[in-house]
Amino acid sequence: MATENTKTLARAMMAPSVIMLLVWMIVPLAMTLWFSFQNYNLLTPGNNSFAGFFNYQYFYTDPAFFQSIWNTLLLVVGVLLITVIGGIGLALLLDQPIYGQGVARILVISPFFVMPPVAALIWKNMIMHPGYGVFADIARFFGVQPVDWFAQAPLFSIIVIVAWQWLPFATLILLTALQSLDGEQKEAAEMDGAGFISRFWYLTLPHLARAITVVVLIQTIFLLGIYAEILVTTNGGPGFASTNLPFLIYKTARLSFDAGGAAAGGVIAVVLANIVAFFLMRAVGKNLDR
Amino acid sequence: MTLKAILAGAASLLALSAVARAETLTIATVNNGDMVRMQGLTEDFTSKNPDIQLEWVTLEENVLRERVTTDIATQGGQYDVLTIGNYEVPIWAKQGWLLPLDKLGDDYDADDLLPSIRGGLTVDGKLYAAPFYGESAMIMYRTDLFEKAGLKMPESPTWEFIGDAARKITDRSADINGICLRGKAGWGENMAFVTALANSFGGRWFDEKWQPQFDQPEWKDALQFYVDLMKDAGPAGASSNGFNENLTLFQQGKCGMWIDATVAASFVSDPKNSTVADKVGFAIFPTKEGVDNHGNWLWSWNLAVPASSKKADAAQKFIGWATSKAYTDLVASKEGWANVPPGTRTSLYNNDEYKKVAAFAEPTLKAMQAADITKPSVKPVPYTGGQFVAIPEFQALGTTVGQLFSAVVAGQSSVDDALTAAQSTATREMTRAGYIK
Amino acid sequence: MARAVSTKTKIGWTVVVWAVALVIFFPILYTIITSFKTEQEAIQGFSLIPSGTVENYVTVQTQRDYFKPFMNSVIISVGSTLLGVIIAVPAAWAMAFSPTRRTKDILMWMLSTKMMPAAAVLVPIYLIFLRAGLLDSRIGVTIMLMLVNLPIIVWMLYTYFREIPGEILEASRMDGASLWNELVYVLTPMAIPGIASTLLLNIILAWNEAFWTIQLTTTNAAPLTAFIATFSSPQGLFWAKLSAASTLAIAPILIMGWFSQKQLVRGLTFGAVK
Repeated sequence: MATENTKTLARAMMAPSVIMLLVWMIVPLAMTLWFSFQNYNLLTPGNNSFAGFFNYQYFYTDPAFFQSIWNTLLLVVGVLLITVIGGIGLALLLDQPIYGQGVARILVISPFFVMPPVAALIWKNMIMHPGYGVFADIARFFGVQPVDWFAQAPLFSIIVIVAWQWLPFATLILLTALQSLDGEQKEAAEMDGAGFISRFWYLTLPHLARAITVVVLIQTIFLLGIYAEILVTTNGGPGFASTNLPFLIYKTARLSFDAGGAAAGGVIAVVLANIVAFFLMRAVGKNLDR
Repeated sequence: MTLKAILAGAASLLALSAVARAETLTIATVNNGDMVRMQGLTEDFTSKNPDIQLEWVTLEENVLRERVTTDIATQGGQYDVLTIGNYEVPIWAKQGWLLPLDKLGDDYDADDLLPSIRGGLTVDGKLYAAPFYGESAMIMYRTDLFEKAGLKMPESPTWEFIGDAARKITDRSADINGICLRGKAGWGENMAFVTALANSFGGRWFDEKWQPQFDQPEWKDALQFYVDLMKDAGPAGASSNGFNENLTLFQQGKCGMWIDATVAASFVSDPKNSTVADKVGFAIFPTKEGVDNHGNWLWSWNLAVPASSKKADAAQKFIGWATSKAYTDLVASKEGWANVPPGTRTSLYNNDEYKKVAAFAEPTLKAMQAADITKPSVKPVPYTGGQFVAIPEFQALGTTVGQLFSAVVAGQSSVDDALTAAQSTATREMTRAGYIK
Repeated sequence: MARAVSTKTKIGWTVVVWAVALVIFFPILYTIITSFKTEQEAIQGFSLIPSGTVENYVTVQTQRDYFKPFMNSVIISVGSTLLGVIIAVPAAWAMAFSPTRRTKDILMWMLSTKMMPAAAVLVPIYLIFLRAGLLDSRIGVTIMLMLVNLPIIVWMLYTYFREIPGEILEASRMDGASLWNELVYVLTPMAIPGIASTLLLNIILAWNEAFWTIQLTTTNAAPLTAFIATFSSPQGLFWAKLSAASTLAIAPILIMGWFSQKQLVRGLTFGAVK
């Protein structure tokens, strides 16, 4: 039976990556689950004991907990909005016949190659710094008091930085999709006298639906885990204004060295992320099937 | 086998064993001026000890603390020499994570170490870390601006005086702020200053039963004073300014006063980087009228050997070199006396050449002698530590409280709200850690 | 798009697009410019013309050798990506051409492994690496990053393979080509653009990974992310030095990205184009 063979072979070929990911997933997850029920702090060795659900209760009652979940969602949604809308705009622009198209495209995608801590450092020190940043220079040029971005609009500032990093990714995918749009269809629409807006609304946007879905899906996976940019810029503050869930876990794990509490936070985060993923797949997943 | 071959074989064996005997020390350190200078001078050490090679891991302070703590707590054994603060030393020593330093060399002269610094690094009579440089806190102020405003810095200034002076000097149209203070959230950033401030107001973090004290009037007075002062006389964006940001502001002539670590004194008096080098005066950390407490700020960066190191002897040899009097002389001969690491040895402050170039030597010594980390507050406390509380939980707790206070400076929260939140967070953390029964 | 466009329109669009592109690129450009300023210049207000000093690069290099972390970054990012692609190609191939009811679920599950916050699993992983003697080894970090990126690699390849028309495979099967030949002679050539862009994207992701690469290394295996952590928060004036270090850290991948952007874009569709 050829098909039986194929199936067996298919299984065999999937095996390595499935097994590796399974091990990679299960072993740390099992250890994390185990730790999450232990009183285990790196700084007080020898005090390990069974904690029951105390770590969960402790993490859940953290004064920053609910705000951090809200901030996580705001961060994801904010960045998605900017990158998708900005990405469509940029893709439309880059699709225009211009001089030096290649170079312009290179400039636009460059932020994607910058490692997150460096991007955050650049924005914090060169661009948004209230004393020496470019924004402050511009504000002073117009005679306005410079804005202290990370104190007055911390989450917004982080959204801007992260969006800057992910805008190229969205632009690239959307641009590729845009360029696959049949030129004849476009011309036909133009002949029919359809204006730019109606062409965009009835022809381009539906065509981009799949690409937008992909952008949303992939970025969500990465954006749910953002913490480096927060660590470098605001450290989650002022107050808890820019603390998101990964950063709260980071703080528990790396500042309190509370391995038990961080493990409980990790389990909570995985559960929440999977809920988000589930609804995301329900909402947009159909776009992916043909 | 010919004799030649045997000889050649023996020679190569010898060469091999010589290579095998050469040990490589992995040294974890922070990225600040004195440490970088030490890296540049290590040839002096390696030429005297050809069998020891040095590998440096230089990381930003917080990242370093994370890395080193994970490694030492899991007995990872990745490092042979650690750069750690006097906050960690007693905690880690009690947990058996550090080796006592008893082989620093015959000419180390531990009795020459400043008593307050040495005391903070000694557990059960044994020295667990060797100080590389030390600091307290003091006022640095602009003599020209004080003169212009008709002010004179008293011998022992009070906060009331500092508050008035800062407001008088402030001239925002000329981009001059009366006072620059730390506002960036972090246990080693704004909380170092605010804790010392609270100490000098008569406050304390915990009472004898480890009950947090943020609901007490001393804290309210201290925090209110600090927040009002930053609003009236502080620089824009004060809530994101840490040591480094304020240093830059002061060097650019934008601060009338700056109350911070004594190490900054050499940076602000360095004409290469400071535009106000010849106009800086120094004074002791202020007190509140009627409270005999100058904040008790005391910090040192120290070198220690983790218990997991397999090259402890070589590591101690290196530490002995880096913290010796001879190292001080080496720096002085190569880079000048103003650049030697300050705040560790009495002999340095008796050295006339040092006193000649360092106008800040005297006030620094005075500040360090005034700091007593065993009695940070005028009220009794169950902990040690001046601008910090020497318990493992303080890093996280201090940072969380620091964020709450930083939000007040940023104008996003009120003094009362922040103190209430700080009180409940501290109670929660201390209960979890088992201090509050 | 063989539409005739008037020169005027073209110039107009050129101005608009270039203006937007320069704004987006500006933070990087300004960092590069600042790296050639002196520290004093760097804080003296906005200026696009540096004095052209290279002292920052000299200082950075004296303080921390650039070459070794650079090599580590290359080895780790390329190594982990190659390893990941070798493991993922058969899996993605199987998923794309012999899908079962559970294929989608397996795919989603793989992606969900990426949602575990790294900080929460650090202690378990650190302990495992310690016991296995993998701390501060290039092999250890390479394996780690391979595992971190494997879900994305599988997914990218899967979506790309799915675009390959099944009829071609069936035709070759009719010809009696063995599965092995099918894979090597029919599928691979068609899949190369997809594999190429998968490689490129994941090299970028691995190059920029800044948690595991710092936490699991000390000296021997420390890549450029650790290099930058050296300079991120020093004493005194540091804008120009930080700019120089940042420029050094991002330059290689930026240049690689620029040269390979055509290949990167070609396969970077995640099945979005149809």
